[in-house]
Amino acid sequence: MAEVKLIYFAWLRERIGHGEETAVLPPGITTVAELVSWLRGRGEGYARAFAQPDIVRAAIDRRHSRPDTPLAGAREIAFFPPMTGG
Amino acid sequence: MTAAHPSKIVRVQEEPFDSAALAAELSAGRTDIGAMVTFTGLCRDENGALAVLELEHYPGMAEEEIGRLATEAVSRWSLIGVAVVHRFGPIRPGEMIVAVVTASVHRQAAFEAASFLMDYLKTSAPFWKKEHRADGGDAWVEARATDEKAMDRWRASGQVLPHK
Repeated sequence: MAEVKLIYFAWLRERIGHGEETAVLPPGITTVAELVSWLRGRGEGYARAFAQPDIVRAAIDRRHSRPDTPLAGAREIAFFPPMTGG
Repeated sequence: MTAAHPSKIVRVQEEPFDSAALAAELSAGRTDIGAMVTFTGLCRDENGALAVLELEHYPGMAEEEIGRLATEAVSRWSLIGVAVVHRFGPIRPGEMIVAVVTASVHRQAAFEAASFLMDYLKTSAPFWKKEHRADGGDAWVEARATDEKAMDRWRASGQVLPHK
């Protein structure tokens, strides 16, 4: 699979320790939920950031996605907590 | 002027803004507007506890998502115009955070569209608030269950945005 840009915001960014990285996703990682599971195994910061995967939101190429959204063709995948703007 | 295009203004910026000037900008040169609603959200403090509110945002997606919501509001309420300005960065108590202006032929559409836009901005526009307290502590603001519930009434009334 092609290289993707991963972006983290708010407390996910703080727990992971950086706001942006590029990654080559291994075969078999085809949905948002599968990507989250894979990221959780990358280290302590990731494990803490994704400790409650149900509350983490994701956007693919700047559009909101769901856990079962396919990653095919994605260039930029962002993870963040529930939004608190307005 | 006949069948002019709806006016749409979307801005995500660090600088303070003037909501009265925004409303004037939206209505400038038009004679077809019968009603305008301006909503302004301010940074609120309780008993001197808050020093600064820091707003983090997702550059690019913030503008795009607000643009999608604005387009949805224009289409659903046949608005003549819509303007949304949302700030990011450090904001002090008393300063404005967000403004929504809706313009329509009659008042009901403008009121409802402004309410819809604020409900969706709170739960769908990629912004995150962190409170920096006067005592030196800080904490991310948690999303409110009431904000999610507020969106349900727009879904229940038959309209669902494509990404939800």
